[in-house]
Amino acid sequence: MNRVTDKDIQTVIGNLLRIGVVLSMATVLIGAVIYLFGNAGKTVEYHTFDDAKVHLKSIKSIFTNLPALEGITIIQLGLLMLIFTPIARIVMAAVSFFIEKDYLYVLICIIVLLIIAMSLSGGFAH
Amino acid sequence: MTALLFTIIVLLGSFLAGFLGSLTGLGGGVIIIPLLTLGLGVDIHYAIGASIISVIATSTGSAAAYVKEGLTNMRIGMLLEIATTIGAILGAVIAVYLNASYVAVIFGLILIFSSAMTLRKKVDHVNQDYSSKLAKFFRLNSSYPNQGVETPYAVRNVGGGFFMMLFAGTLSGLLGIGSGALKVVAMDNIMRLPFKVSTTTSNFMMGVTAAASAIVYLHRGQIDPTIAMPVCLGVLCGATVGAKVLVNANTTKLKMVFAVVVTLLAIQMIYKGLTGGFGG
Repeated sequence: MNRVTDKDIQTVIGNLLRIGVVLSMATVLIGAVIYLFGNAGKTVEYHTFDDAKVHLKSIKSIFTNLPALEGITIIQLGLLMLIFTPIARIVMAAVSFFIEKDYLYVLICIIVLLIIAMSLSGGFAH
Repeated sequence: MTALLFTIIVLLGSFLAGFLGSLTGLGGGVIIIPLLTLGLGVDIHYAIGASIISVIATSTGSAAAYVKEGLTNMRIGMLLEIATTIGAILGAVIAVYLNASYVAVIFGLILIFSSAMTLRKKVDHVNQDYSSKLAKFFRLNSSYPNQGVETPYAVRNVGGGFFMMLFAGTLSGLLGIGSGALKVVAMDNIMRLPFKVSTTTSNFMMGVTAAASAIVYLHRGQIDPTIAMPVCLGVLCGATVGAKVLVNANTTKLKMVFAVVVTLLAIQMIYKGLTGGFGG
């Protein structure tokens, strides 16, 4: 019978992590090329932190700005994909534990996801 | 400085940070922050935001390989992630209220601790004491391939490890680093895991921990794409090359030299923090 083992879970999760990193970094690279083509000679200054300077501060703002295909928005999208790679890994682990009928660990995965969802709500940011 | 020049300098610096971080086991994050703040005068808030992104990139990249080799204990990782993610969010929130100077001083102290940890002799335990009730309940006892032989091991003091992870997560969220050194203390010294299992499991947890605080940083405008871009690309490439070189390199001398350099950087961070060099 094809019982799902820990080894199968490991392979699936390993592949997911690799694909996530490759895709997100490729996106960042595309964004970087577009950004540098338009702004290579522009003077940059990062001496003081200003929380209003970066306007791509939420998932929503990244997607609403995306159609303009600006370099920085594409970079930020790539970074967002990268942030979500380990989070997708937890979802995948939860599904795998469920198939394995290890319900205690399904619950643990859900708890970790809930903690991250709290940070996503953005309430902590201010 | 023009955008192009800044990108190139940060790309090269990050490559070096990722390369050395992977060779010495210190991680790229702890090197990139002094480079950005002391070297290029970047505000520490942006440096932390960019660094946490590079932590996700490198730890996720290497976790992919470790998980497949069966070295990572995913159950321990998942269980302790409850502690590290709570800590990470806590740390990222504390960072809002904490003066940048204090952050720099704490960073310096952790940097010194971490570099000392890389020099320490690694004692490999294979704990065979199966009496821990929590380890049994959470099914944490497992086995790992050790020189081709599947070696069973037991876990002890789960509660102590969990508490230490809460602390490690908080520092990770506060400083934008992976805090691998602290995670290894929790798993090596407290939970008595074999060295290969503790390092790879610590690395496995780093991505999720960093993601939790990265989201808070994103919402606060600390993740500037023009800084994070060269940092994460550079650190990831450097770490990948470093991991390839690591297989056949004797790193003892390199670790010594590096520990001295890092300690000097740390002292400079602390000094600058104490004298108000980070904007009061």
